[in-house]
Amino acid sequence: MNAESLKPERVAEHDRQKGLADRIMCCSVAGCLSAGAGAVRAAIEREVDAQGKSAAIEVCGTGCMGLCSRGPLVRSAAADLVYTDVKPEDAGAIVGHDRSKFENRLLDSDHPFYAGQRRIILANSGRTDPERIADYICQGGYQALLRAVTELTPETILSEVKKSGLRGRGGAGYPTGLKWELVGRNSSPVKYVVCNADEGDPGAFMNRSVLEGDPHRVLEGMAIAGCAVGAQQGYIYARGESPLAIARIKTAIEQARREGLIGGRIFDSSFQFQIDLRIGAGAYVCGEETALIASIEGKRGQPVPRPPYPPEAGLWGRPTLINNVETFANIPTIIEMGGELFSAIGAPASPGTKVFALAGRVERTGLVEVPIGTSLRTILFDIGGGVPAGHEFKAAQTGGPAGGCIPAQYLDLPMDYDSLSRIGTMMGSGGLIVMDSSSCMVDLARFFMEFCMDESCGKCIPCRAGTVQLHEILRRMTRGEGRESDFGLLEDLSGLLKETSLCGLGLAAPNPILSTLRHFRNEYDAHVRERRCPAGHCQIPAAQEHAA
Amino acid sequence: MLERAMARHHYSGAALIEILHITQQLYGYLSRPLLKTIAHKLRLPPSQVWGVATFYHLFRFAPPKAHSAVVCMGTACYAAGGQELMSIMERHCGAHPGDWTLEAGRCVGSCGLAPVVICDGDALSRLRPDDLESRLQARGPRDPRMQGFANTPGCLPAVSSRAISGEGNER
Repeated sequence: MNAESLKPERVAEHDRQKGLADRIMCCSVAGCLSAGAGAVRAAIEREVDAQGKSAAIEVCGTGCMGLCSRGPLVRSAAADLVYTDVKPEDAGAIVGHDRSKFENRLLDSDHPFYAGQRRIILANSGRTDPERIADYICQGGYQALLRAVTELTPETILSEVKKSGLRGRGGAGYPTGLKWELVGRNSSPVKYVVCNADEGDPGAFMNRSVLEGDPHRVLEGMAIAGCAVGAQQGYIYARGESPLAIARIKTAIEQARREGLIGGRIFDSSFQFQIDLRIGAGAYVCGEETALIASIEGKRGQPVPRPPYPPEAGLWGRPTLINNVETFANIPTIIEMGGELFSAIGAPASPGTKVFALAGRVERTGLVEVPIGTSLRTILFDIGGGVPAGHEFKAAQTGGPAGGCIPAQYLDLPMDYDSLSRIGTMMGSGGLIVMDSSSCMVDLARFFMEFCMDESCGKCIPCRAGTVQLHEILRRMTRGEGRESDFGLLEDLSGLLKETSLCGLGLAAPNPILSTLRHFRNEYDAHVRERRCPAGHCQIPAAQEHAA
Repeated sequence: MLERAMARHHYSGAALIEILHITQQLYGYLSRPLLKTIAHKLRLPPSQVWGVATFYHLFRFAPPKAHSAVVCMGTACYAAGGQELMSIMERHCGAHPGDWTLEAGRCVGSCGLAPVVICDGDALSRLRPDDLESRLQARGPRDPRMQGFANTPGCLPAVSSRAISGEGNER
């Protein structure tokens, strides 16, 4: 494809879609599929055929529409409505636009779930078919790449990204523009762009939904990055546990290659950029950038000390730009709207939006995208519909095993990188799990420590041995065998891990402990001194009460 | 097939993990003779091939069994009672040790439907303990279907299957 043919293709697809009476879009990402979306789609296809409307009504798959707890979701483009809890029997009513069958099962764009959101990363999810590149192009896809390659220079792309103030969405929040500049400044003739799609935090499925729902957006972002930093090869490192995401990326890469949007002489310029997929094999530590590099090179995913940082010496010793899926997904929008306009969205020090995976004790669970700086209260109570009746909000857990919790007194805190780190937690990649009074915070800390213990790669001693010891202390506490001296041990060991571990896994492993100790010290006290679990979650044998 | 895959990657050592994935797809698991062949063809020390293969949780070194179950132990599923489901599965698999591969999954990405157990490739969502019991009864002793994204080998009754029980692992 060249610069002239992108627009006609866009117009052609637009006209084709306008000519249809309706597009019935069935959610086809992991959450809804496991709720039975496959059977729903087949039933709708049968119904359309039976009514002889297959020329006028298109039935296709689409990305995540957000409200996973009410899945399978189906959207009618003509009516601009989302049907929830769809069963195969509903096919007739959907095809015939019979709303009476969907009394409490209809969502329009004014529904509180959508009204509080601002969808940039997820803009196409629910509106395009992730398996058709024409659909992405129709929504303005690859326009940003065209602009980057033909109108902008690497310097101007960099300055747009810097102006946007975008910060890394992998969790740490490093300014993206600075990272790109470091790689761009390097004079090495060979450079790499790597997309970190090894999303391993339990309770986090944002990246995977983006890849399953809108893979071309990520490819486009990577290609623009390649153009800006002077790289000719990109890798996507995907999680082996997400077979659907892997399949969608493969399809997208193939389509983009066929259309000449990645490969040699993109848009008839001298810019060339290849993207290859690498599949992880189930090691959480590979989300750490140096471990990820080792894994792409075919080795054990063990981290190495930094510096040198990957922008200096990364993949095969060459300068390497590593960004998260969501970071790359922001890039086309930044190039399209300009860095300055983009920086007006969200909080001043953390512009843009953030996708959260909302789960746990909340009415509406699923994927939500809000401007950064939105308060937790808005996310949980306006968008999420609050905690189910009969339960009481206790805390929200962010950042997975590297993060911490937000107790009720901080409900109005803006969710941005800096505010969260001030109260001892982190933005993380976006998992947001709501706990109520039945969740035990000591056991939660133990749960995350068990995770870190299992996933420690074993290279450095503080992490390898420290996580085991921390887990043992917490396990003791949850069994009612905790000792007074354990408090000191927990704090000492946590400090040690934070100061001496080799990589992010060990450095952040004590965070859930420190955070729960800070906000829920009373629960620890109850476990150790009174031998009881206030949440009633831990099974503490009665006989233990008098044990030493 | 395996030979073709290796040729496609130019017998490069950097493609080791890709080759291991393909081998497991073709043969169901990574046997020692297969690993030796791979080491020879890619001109890598067998120790390195074994070391890499055992480092990653997704590779298994014993033939898969008739049934597979993955109990999701992501945060949302854990908070929603995943542990109880795990105990039921452990009991069930302990009673039929030759038939079941039981694993603890690390978030299958269906947190909205927690707790989730993936049984022979079917995702059972919002599962209550008694539901699981009755579904297991209904499933019968042996089912030739085998699918799902199995991780670690072996159902070890009464042992937390979260621990990586692959032979030769560091722990």
